[in-house]
Amino acid sequence: MNDFMQQALAAAARSAPPWLEPLQAQGREAWSKTSLPTRKTEAWKYTSLQALQKTFSAAPTQAAGSPLGDVPLPKLTGPTLVFTDGHYRSDLSTTELPAGLRLVRFADATSDQAERIAAALGSAILPGRHVFAPLNDATLTDGVFMDVPANTHIETPVHIAWLTTGQNESISVTQRLLVCLGENSGATLVESFANTATGGTAFTNGLTELLIGRGAQLNHYRLHLEQGDVVHIGGVHARQDADSVLNGFHLALGSALKRIDLVVDQQGPGAHSSLDGLYLPRGTETVDYHTCIEHAVPHCTSQERFRGIIADEASAVFNGRIHIHPQAQKTRAELSNKNLLTSNKAEINTKPELEIYADDVQCAHGATVAQLDPLTLHYLRTRGVPRDEAEVMLSYGFINELVEAVAQAELQAFLKPLLARRFARDSRLTRHIL
Amino acid sequence: MLKIDNLHASVENKAILKGLDLTVGAGEVHAIMGPNGSGKSTLGHVLAGRPGYTVTAGSAQLLGQDLLTLDTEERAHLGLFLAYQYPVEIPGVSNMEFLKASVDAVREHRNVPALDSVSFMKQAREACKAVNLDQAFLKRGVNEGFSGGEKKRNELMQMMLLAPKLCIMDETDSGLDIDALQVVADGINAMRSADRSFILVTHYQRLLNFIKPDRVHVLSGGRIVKSGDHSLALELEERGYAWLEDVA
Ligand SMILES: Nc1ncnc2c1ncn2[C@@H]1O[C@H](COP(=O)(O)OP(=O)(O)OP(=O)(O)O)[C@@H](O)[C@H]1O
Ligand SMILES: [Mg+2]
Repeated sequence: MNDFMQQALAAAARSAPPWLEPLQAQGREAWSKTSLPTRKTEAWKYTSLQALQKTFSAAPTQAAGSPLGDVPLPKLTGPTLVFTDGHYRSDLSTTELPAGLRLVRFADATSDQAERIAAALGSAILPGRHVFAPLNDATLTDGVFMDVPANTHIETPVHIAWLTTGQNESISVTQRLLVCLGENSGATLVESFANTATGGTAFTNGLTELLIGRGAQLNHYRLHLEQGDVVHIGGVHARQDADSVLNGFHLALGSALKRIDLVVDQQGPGAHSSLDGLYLPRGTETVDYHTCIEHAVPHCTSQERFRGIIADEASAVFNGRIHIHPQAQKTRAELSNKNLLTSNKAEINTKPELEIYADDVQCAHGATVAQLDPLTLHYLRTRGVPRDEAEVMLSYGFINELVEAVAQAELQAFLKPLLARRFARDSRLTRHIL
Repeated sequence: MLKIDNLHASVENKAILKGLDLTVGAGEVHAIMGPNGSGKSTLGHVLAGRPGYTVTAGSAQLLGQDLLTLDTEERAHLGLFLAYQYPVEIPGVSNMEFLKASVDAVREHRNVPALDSVSFMKQAREACKAVNLDQAFLKRGVNEGFSGGEKKRNELMQMMLLAPKLCIMDETDSGLDIDALQVVADGINAMRSADRSFILVTHYQRLLNFIKPDRVHVLSGGRIVKSGDHSLALELEERGYAWLEDVA
């Protein structure tokens, strides 16, 4: 183990509920046997973990009432749980729950709930698929369990916000969410990650597990809004039963480093997974999305649309793996990744990775890398639109389709101005978009 | 309105315009005809300042201002409008957003008060009607998946909303069905005024039955090789361009 790895363990806060201790111990054990990926590790070829070579420590609990500042967070009607620097903030949370929904912090779990959580935790993660999962286990002191019973449809979105405050230098935060959707249930989940101040570095180890029962539908939005020096290594691991639907929307603004692994394991026929994603690094930021759809059974479908706009000297990685197992006949899988480089120094490494072992399947994939088209820009200018405004319109136009596809109306209303302003130094330049 | 003297221009080091002279007075309609590849579209692009088109000699003035030193958007603010032979598709940018941005920019630079959204919407809907496009086209991406004729009508709609001084219409009549041709001709005729001029680039004298030109020019080999009145267009339709080669 190198320094980071040892320190990461030592950083673990010690106040976990006793029932988590076996998991922590397992995690410690596994982490001590883990070797940190290097650029020679295929899945980390383009992304360096250099940003982790710092000392991170667990943040002390914050006094309730310490202000949030103006964090850009979506305002959604529905229950909202807020964590700052890894600690639950009852003063910032709204916990009135719609009928049928159970939303429980690990720290508050009854013994029955604890039993269920302990049994389910980690079960959505395919062996060896998440390098940082053992560290997450080892340092886990609190998390959230979202439980939707069978045949229950929750209309209001559940919002969980994980924030870092920058009040403490170099803190390390462990985020964990376990979602269980019973048969034929439905829910909408929004996870947002943000920092309240750009000062202070933070390392977030994020891990969300989605267990989606037969015939259930989860609309899942995961917004990475952290900026500045924040490092986020995280993942979403989903397991889908027959005829279930996962609609995922992923957004990553850039920060020092974001590496997000999305793995969907289709375990029942008729499952459908859709993943949309946007990544928008600039400056010297890095965003790396690795997605993988495991088509393990017949008659399943998947659709992935990821778009990236990479500015300045930023870099991005998109790796989209589609694994169609031998028995997964009649699979239909689509993957599209489009990238716009707005500077000559911006960098993208994109790779569709298809492994197809069944013969009766339809699989379409494509990846493109482009710059703003000078003739399109010129066309706008012949109509009198100034160049800088035309550039903003075209940049936003590049991702517009995915923003328009965000079904949750409040969230879309939050995202539009956030994203449009991302491309404009001057708010006047976004006036025709908004 | 427009005064072009001895204009030479090249594309990728290939000389296309080779000493073109053209003067268009206020309120006039000029037609430019000529063989494929003779430089008609190039003339429009050079006047609009398209990247890759280099002026190597000569001058062009619009309303007394040197056009060639202005940025593309400044030319539009001054009153130049080029209806493209091949309009550009812009997926992700709605026609409405595009039109509003254009109209706002042009009005701002002409010191005309900005249109509020309600008045703009009203004008946009009227323009749609005038060119016989369904209002659904306002919501679609600019020219995205539009048919050839729909793109041409979309160009005309932009022209109506921007109220330019000099309208260059590059084969706006090509690819239009008979009814659409009538719609486009009506639209252009309705816009004619004493302080607005038109250059109609066309291959078909048919358009000129609907819109009576003041002058007809033949552009060949990068120059205007013959000019005349409407009867020249009729003669060209009959005889083609071959007989003109002696003239050139
Ligand atoms: N990018 C380019 N590179 C090289 N040659 C070019 C380029 N663009 C235009 N040309 C050439 O310039 C010449 C004039 O083209 P232009 O489009 O102006 O013709 P046109 O008169 O409009 O023809 P048409 O009637 O077919 O529309 C043609 O020979 C064309 O091939
Ligand atoms: Mg042409």
